[in-house]
Order: sequence, then structure tokens, then C-alpha cells
Amino acid sequence: MNLVMVVRIAVKALGRNPTRSVLSCIGIGVGIAAVIMAMAIGEGSKAMMVKEISSMGNNLMMVFPERNRRGAVSSGMGQGQTMTAGDAEAVKHELAHIVQGVSPSVRSTVQMMYGSKNWSGNVQGASTDILTISNWEIAEGRFWTENEERASSRVCVVGKTVVDNLFGGDDTPVGKTIRLRGMTYKVIGVLCPKGANNWGQDQDDVIMAPYTSVQRYLNRSKFNNINMMNVSLVSMDDVEEARREITALLRQRHHLADYQDDDFETRDTTEIMATIGSVAGIMTIVLTIFAAISLIVGGIGIMNIMLVSVTERIKEIGLRMAIGATPATILSQFVLEAIFLATAGGAFGVALGVAGARTVGAVMGWPILIGVGSTAIAFLFSSFVGMFFGFYPAYRASKLNPIDCLRYE
Amino acid sequence: MAHLIEIRDMYKIYAIGDEPVHALDGVSLAVDDGEFLAIMGASGSGKSTMLNILGCLDTPTRGSYLLDGIEVASRTRTELARIRNQKLGFVFQSFNLLSRTTALEQVELPDLYMGRLSHSARRRRAMELLERVGLKGRESHTPAQLSGGQQQRVAIARALMNNPPVLFADEPTGNLDTKSSVEIMNIFTELSNEGITIVMVTHEDDIAAYAKRHIVMRDGHVMVDDKADGGRRKTTDEVSRLVKEALS
Repeated sequence: MNLVMVVRIAVKALGRNPTRSVLSCIGIGVGIAAVIMAMAIGEGSKAMMVKEISSMGNNLMMVFPERNRRGAVSSGMGQGQTMTAGDAEAVKHELAHIVQGVSPSVRSTVQMMYGSKNWSGNVQGASTDILTISNWEIAEGRFWTENEERASSRVCVVGKTVVDNLFGGDDTPVGKTIRLRGMTYKVIGVLCPKGANNWGQDQDDVIMAPYTSVQRYLNRSKFNNINMMNVSLVSMDDVEEARREITALLRQRHHLADYQDDDFETRDTTEIMATIGSVAGIMTIVLTIFAAISLIVGGIGIMNIMLVSVTERIKEIGLRMAIGATPATILSQFVLEAIFLATAGGAFGVALGVAGARTVGAVMGWPILIGVGSTAIAFLFSSFVGMFFGFYPAYRASKLNPIDCLRYE
Repeated sequence: MAHLIEIRDMYKIYAIGDEPVHALDGVSLAVDDGEFLAIMGASGSGKSTMLNILGCLDTPTRGSYLLDGIEVASRTRTELARIRNQKLGFVFQSFNLLSRTTALEQVELPDLYMGRLSHSARRRRAMELLERVGLKGRESHTPAQLSGGQQQRVAIARALMNNPPVLFADEPTGNLDTKSSVEIMNIFTELSNEGITIVMVTHEDDIAAYAKRHIVMRDGHVMVDDKADGGRRKTTDEVSRLVKEALS
């Protein structure tokens, strides 16, 4: 027996029933296509999430005050009272070699009112650095100045969603006065829209004001504490050094003894990215598992076809054995037939999967990432499926007795 | 002198229900090189079982079978496949051609399993064999495009592909009209004259008449054997008399 001969025999045998061959190819093809589409969508979403995280801010590191704890109850991040705007100033000026900008963040929940309209949301108290830290751009008007910040001026800039809801179809909101907690605030600028981030949060539903003014007029706080600070680093390569230096600086400023724990926490976008990445990874795995199930169904389809084929071609098997096919030859012929079917189906599936993923991406507007490696693996896997599911029918065929086959009616 | 085929005290017992059926009940038979043997008998007489065992398609329950001096009764399935491939040719009642496969490819098949010839030599030999059975010009026809007689001629060419010393034919004319039957039997006669050993099962007296030796079986036994009669063709009447003799 010689493999080339068996390959020829198997190919010829498949060619004798093209309809059945094509139909069983489609089964496995759909399975492979599903795998490729699942991976393309999963990987695409992951890539997009990572991109969006980096668009959240340039080399962003966030520092939160310690959570208030009363026994086992935590009051949530940023609710501690241990961090002040002075800390932010110190970080900015003393660590200038690694820090690009620092913006203290003070939040206040408000009902915004303009004329008869109102809209609720969080006023973000920030410093002028927030513009570069968070990649905001001004569409209209201007941002506040450092002088206005020092003077706790009641000025604000608003995002597109706030403009739409509070000002409706009116002309520019710049220069208009709105009311926040009974205080009048002057709108001095409109932010360029960023759109929704990929967990669906509308980034344009935002109103920002100098943190000094939020502390003084909206929170009516006598203290200088802040909810958190956003720190943008010169380079993300410095993230560990920055964490160390910020920690050292804040521990010193907070007069913490060696035995005391930090009363603040740092977070950076690499951590968030890792979390998002693992979420997206799980999504890819789940999608791929479902797709793999369809591939197994395709494989069972091939097994089914091959079993039917063995029964239907039992006289052919008998004849082949009568003229000299050994059990091993029959086994190889049927396994090869299954592998060819599955591989042809795999090639078809790769084409279908790539086309399908692109179409879904275009129609649904989903990000799509077709990996060459994963596509190659899916394709090779189809041959494996053929071999695995083709073996049992082929084994059965090879165990048949020539005379029983020839006599079979 | 060693016989080409020699079976001794051969049994083939089928368990059908509780009752064991002796398809072969202690048969002994020797066939020499160049003989043209017809195995006759009613259905259930054991003639097909005999042919299947002689053709290494089936294995006996008990007994010895020497083919060309080699004991084959105890061979593995793979070894039997090689023996069938190289030493035996088969012609069946229902032709057993592969569907949607050209005559040329059908004839080439035994050598594909043997792998003896190069691609071009195999093609050449298959063409020669098709020409020899009178199918020149029909090499690319599939079974659906051939008459019964032509299909059986393709089957004969296929059986001859690996140059086997023995040809087994199981009711080769059973599915053919009279004219095609005569054509097929003339080919067998020619082959026999060229020295190929032929063992043929038939229940038709006029077909058996082409053979030079006749045995008639009944209930798993050889009842009549005209080997002593000089090894010559007989008339249909002579064959009919042999069959009657076996039944009496």
C-alpha cells in the first residue's frame, strides 16, 4: 500500500458523489466560520476597549483617598477625607520630573437649571490641567484660566449632552448663565463631543467647573479635601517609579509612621486595561466555546455522512477488498475522505468566516480583528476534526468481511 | 505434482438459529493449473460458499486450503487481501463496478492497491486489457453508459489486471442476455486456452458446458466430478445428465 495511491483513491471516491461531499463540507465550514467570526468579534472588542481606555487619558494615574471604614462597611472609593488639593499641588510641583499634569477632582451632584429646563448630573470640579489629562478639546468659547481657578470663579464648561438637554435648540450656550444649587454659574465653553465609551457611558454628559469653586459654592466645604486626583505621567514607562514617589510623598505629607498603612490608593490605566482585557478575554472564550460547539456539530455531521457512506458503499468496500484492498487501505481511504471533506470545509469556512466577520462588523458597526494565527489554527483544527470524526466510520468499514459486503443487499 | 488449488476435508458451518447448517460438509477438491472448472448445484448446495472460500473472500470453519502450495486457511485479513490482489481475479454476477468511474479507472484499480506499475505503464496495461475484451474506444465510459455485457467485460479486464493465475467467476452470465452470455463465455474460453485457471459457479447447464471439468454439489458435498473424463468441453445435454446423476 502506498499513501499516494490511497490519496488518489479517496479523492476519486469523493468526486463520485459531489453533492454529498459539498453538503458535508458546508457543515464543517459553518462551524469554522463561526469560530473565526467569534474570535474576530471578541478580539476586535478587546482591541477597541484597550484603545478607549487609553483615550480616557494620557498616561493616567489616579490617586484616591482611603475609603472610610466603620468596621466592615466601606463607604466607597473617593469618599475618604484624607486628601487635599494641597496634596495635588505637591505632587505637581515636587514630582515635576515624572508628572505632566495634576488635577484635583471634586464632585458635586446637582440639578442644573436654565430657564424652564433642568438636567441633573455631577459637576466635576477640576483644575486647568484636566484638559490635557483627559484629552478634552474646546469646541466653542474657552476653558477657565488659572486666575479664575484661584478666585473660585463661578464659571463652567459643558459637554454636548448637557447642551442638548439644557439649552435645546437655542443658539450657543456660551455666555449664558445657569443655576446650580441656587448659585449662578456662567457657561464659558463647550467641550468637543467624545461619544459614548464602550461600556455605554455617555462621556459628553459632563459639566466641569474649577474645583475651588465647586468646593466653596456647591459643596459649601470649609475644608480643602478632594475626592481624588488625576495625574498624567510623562511616560507610562515611569508608572512604577511614579507610584513609588507619589506614595512616598503622600505618606510624608500625611505624617504616616512606618507601621501605618497608606491612607490613599493609586490606580493606573494599565491596571484597568488588564481588567478590561481579561473581561474581553472571557467574552472571546465564551464566544469561541459556542463556536467550537458548532464545529463539533459539524464534525458529527461528517461522522454521520461517513457512517451513511460506509453503509451505502458497502458493496464498493467489498469489491475493493476482493480486488486487494487491505483493512489498513480501507481505513486510510475513509479517514482521508473525512479529512479532505473537513479540510475543504475548513477552507470554505475560513472564507465564509472572514467575509461574515467583515459583514457583521460593517452592518453592526462592531470592531473586528481577524487574527492570522487564530485563522490558521481554526483551519488546521478542521483537518483534525475530520480525522477524529472520520476514524470511527473508517474503522467500521475496515472491520467488514469482504464476503458480507459483497452479499449485502 | 502439486495442485494449484487443494482443499482437504473442508467444513463451513453457519449457525442459523439453533440449527447449525453445514454449507460445506467435509469437502475435498484439487484443481490443477490450467483447468476450467464449473461448480454446479442447486441453490443452497454450497457451491457459492465453496467459491468464496476458494477465492479467499471467506474463511472455512475447519479444513485445510493450499493455494499454490501455501496454506491460506489461517492467514490474517491483510495477508488474504494481498493474496486476492496478486493471485486471484474475480468476476461477479452483478459486475460490481464502481459507479461514476470510467472503464479505464476500474481496470487500473487492482494495480493501485498493488502499486507495481508506474502511472503510464498502468494506463497502458489497462488499455490493452480493455482492447482485449473488445472495449477499445470505451475507456472513458462509466458503468451507466455501458450495457450489461460490456460491464462484465470491464470486470473481466479488471480481474486480469494483476496477471493472476486463477480467475473466479460467480454466475458471470446470471444478469446477461443470451448473446452477451455467449460473448463472455467465449472470452473465458480464450483465457482458458491461454492457460489461466478458471473456477466458475453456475447453475445453467449451457454455460457450464463451456468448462472442461464439472463438479455438482449437493448439501455441502461434491456428488459428481467428471475429472476422469479427460478434461474436455461437454455438450449441454451431457452437463444436464451429470446434474441429474447428482440428484439421484
